[in-house]
Amino acid sequence: MSKTTNKDESFFKKLVGNQLFIPILALLLLAVINLINDPGFFKISLGLNNAGNPVLSGYLITILDYGSELGILAIGMTLVTAASGGQDISVGATIAIAGSAMLRVLCGGTSRPTELAAPIIVAFLVACVVGMLCGAFNGMLVAVFKIQPMIATLILFTAGRSIAAWINNNELPIVPDPKFAYFGSFIPGIPVPTTVFIVIACIVVIALVLKFTNLGLYTQAVGINEGASRLNGINPTFIKFLSFVILGLCVAVAALIKVSRLSTINYSVIAKDIEMDAILAVALGGNALSGGKFNMWASILGAYVIQFLTTTLYKFNVQSDALAAYKAVVVIVLVVFSAPSVRDYMKQLTRKFASSDKAALSKKGVA
Amino acid sequence: MKKKVLSILMASTMALGLVACGGGAKQEAPAEPAATEAPAAEEKAEEPAAEEKTEETTEETATEDTSAASGDLIKVGIINNDPNESGYRTANDADLKAMFTEANGYDAKFAYSLKNDEQITAAQGFIQDEVDYLLLSAADTAGWDSVLKDAQDAGVKVILFDRTIDADPSLYEASIVSDMAKEGEMAVEWLAGQGLDEYNIIHIQGVMGSAAQQGRSGALSDKVAAESTWNLVTQQTAEWNAEKAQQIVQSVIDAGTPFNVIYAENDDMAKGAVAALDAAGISHGVGKDVIVMGYDCNKWALEELLAQNWNYDGQCNPFQASYIDEIIKTLESGGTLSEKTIIMDEKGFDAETITQDDVDKYGI
Repeated sequence: MSKTTNKDESFFKKLVGNQLFIPILALLLLAVINLINDPGFFKISLGLNNAGNPVLSGYLITILDYGSELGILAIGMTLVTAASGGQDISVGATIAIAGSAMLRVLCGGTSRPTELAAPIIVAFLVACVVGMLCGAFNGMLVAVFKIQPMIATLILFTAGRSIAAWINNNELPIVPDPKFAYFGSFIPGIPVPTTVFIVIACIVVIALVLKFTNLGLYTQAVGINEGASRLNGINPTFIKFLSFVILGLCVAVAALIKVSRLSTINYSVIAKDIEMDAILAVALGGNALSGGKFNMWASILGAYVIQFLTTTLYKFNVQSDALAAYKAVVVIVLVVFSAPSVRDYMKQLTRKFASSDKAALSKKGVA
Repeated sequence: MKKKVLSILMASTMALGLVACGGGAKQEAPAEPAATEAPAAEEKAEEPAAEEKTEETTEETATEDTSAASGDLIKVGIINNDPNESGYRTANDADLKAMFTEANGYDAKFAYSLKNDEQITAAQGFIQDEVDYLLLSAADTAGWDSVLKDAQDAGVKVILFDRTIDADPSLYEASIVSDMAKEGEMAVEWLAGQGLDEYNIIHIQGVMGSAAQQGRSGALSDKVAAESTWNLVTQQTAEWNAEKAQQIVQSVIDAGTPFNVIYAENDDMAKGAVAALDAAGISHGVGKDVIVMGYDCNKWALEELLAQNWNYDGQCNPFQASYIDEIIKTLESGGTLSEKTIIMDEKGFDAETITQDDVDKYGI
């Protein structure tokens, strides 16, 4: 009997110990709440959009669609968090800069062009370069000058939106080509939102990188112990720098989606507060915000949990300016549960709970 | 290695400096060469002020010969919010710059800030420079009493535009504002005139507590409370943000709740809402399933009206310069103003009657 308890316990421990446990639990919790409230939440229907193309619609599609920017940002934010033990709070402002650069190239500096001044791919590549440059700027401050990440990224957080406005001379260009809108909505004939494919592409790329390079290992090593990793031949400065550049690339992709959704930009509100959601996604994924070990998939899942929460709250007609308060509750719960003192207490509690069978405990004690 | 890093760093710092300066210059440089000062700018300390002053005096003497017929230039200090803030502000700033030129008999200086304390510092600078008129669009309503008293003591006349402040009315000559409540009433009246059997409205609000939100929401809320056929499907703030508006409307569509009116408190949010409608295959515009209403009369929004994709757009008039000019001319000729608070004429455009001329004239 004691043996089965032990087995159960270890299974339970393994389950709780898995990093994916928290986001999956949160996801299930949200799903159950919605199921009880209105099973129609999970309905997906096929309809036509105003352009006459078939599109899937429903809350689940909405979550997948609107969660994609956050999912992409979570990839970069996880790496930055793991390597530097801090977070980049300039993500939203950098999206504005990259998006503005993209529109500048597409529209050629005029606010109401009749045709594209450059192919979309060129504009996107320019945005990628701009995003990576912003990432490199942050990365250099953090890696070379050893400034705390939150302070270093505060610079672009403050100045970014003004720089974005300056790139386009304060104009708000509107992209004339309907093809540009495909990235943020649907490609004719394909009923699944394009953003879903973009996220899948990003996930595949990062999965391949993590699988076939040492990036993951090195990043964790630097995050856990910078000195030790240097002694082992890893260049911590470069790894930290690289993580910010990768985040910059993620930002450029997110900017493409954001700008494409409306074919225009508003410097002061585009991707507002998205940095906080991205950090929350990393935290929800059970990654230590102080750096070190990370689980990429848990972060991405965390991003969709946040969107699930947002969509659910909208469904319940919660005032949208109160959304932040609900997210704050999630943060508080997470922070409290990951605090060392609470963890110790929980450990003691579970031990007591499990050790009502004393034999199991003594056996373990011997072992 | 270190040298390399250092050189890269220096290069990027310089590049950034360029960027920053470029941005600053763009914002602060007014149309006229005479007005080079921007006291709100952080970098400018006190030393250059003296230099500039001599510059100004030389400038003034130089221009005196040319404009001898009209006498001295009227010195005005204009404190405005950052033109980046919105399309409204950009249009407002451009309008002021076009009006207060030397050709029109003005020596104008501009200062921009979204922060009240920086604006107050700028105001003090203008008072020390002995401007004749101080034109003010305050970032915040509070905290202006003492600096306006200083202005009064120094004989500087203060004219408020666009935004009111919480100060004694004796401290300023006039206040030129938009009546947001009237804008809301006009829009709701127009909507009532559409004669729908039932009004199921998605109400997308601006940043809660702002004057525009309160005025534009007020009229609709009153009407919904008064009429049994008017219902709010949802009432949410999208904080002037198109993406948020898109999500809010998307949520209503996903829920399957029927609606036939979108009342958005600015054009951006209306655009976001329309993006959600388009994706869901819901027709909108003149004679279609959903009525779309916006505010602010952005040029692109009026073009949507012209194409009959939207139904109504309410104006929020950014063109205050001509009103200010008139007031200054009256005061200069020794006249008195009949009213302290001047409310600007504002229009509401209907997609069925709007013309290309309206788009060109009123689009911002």
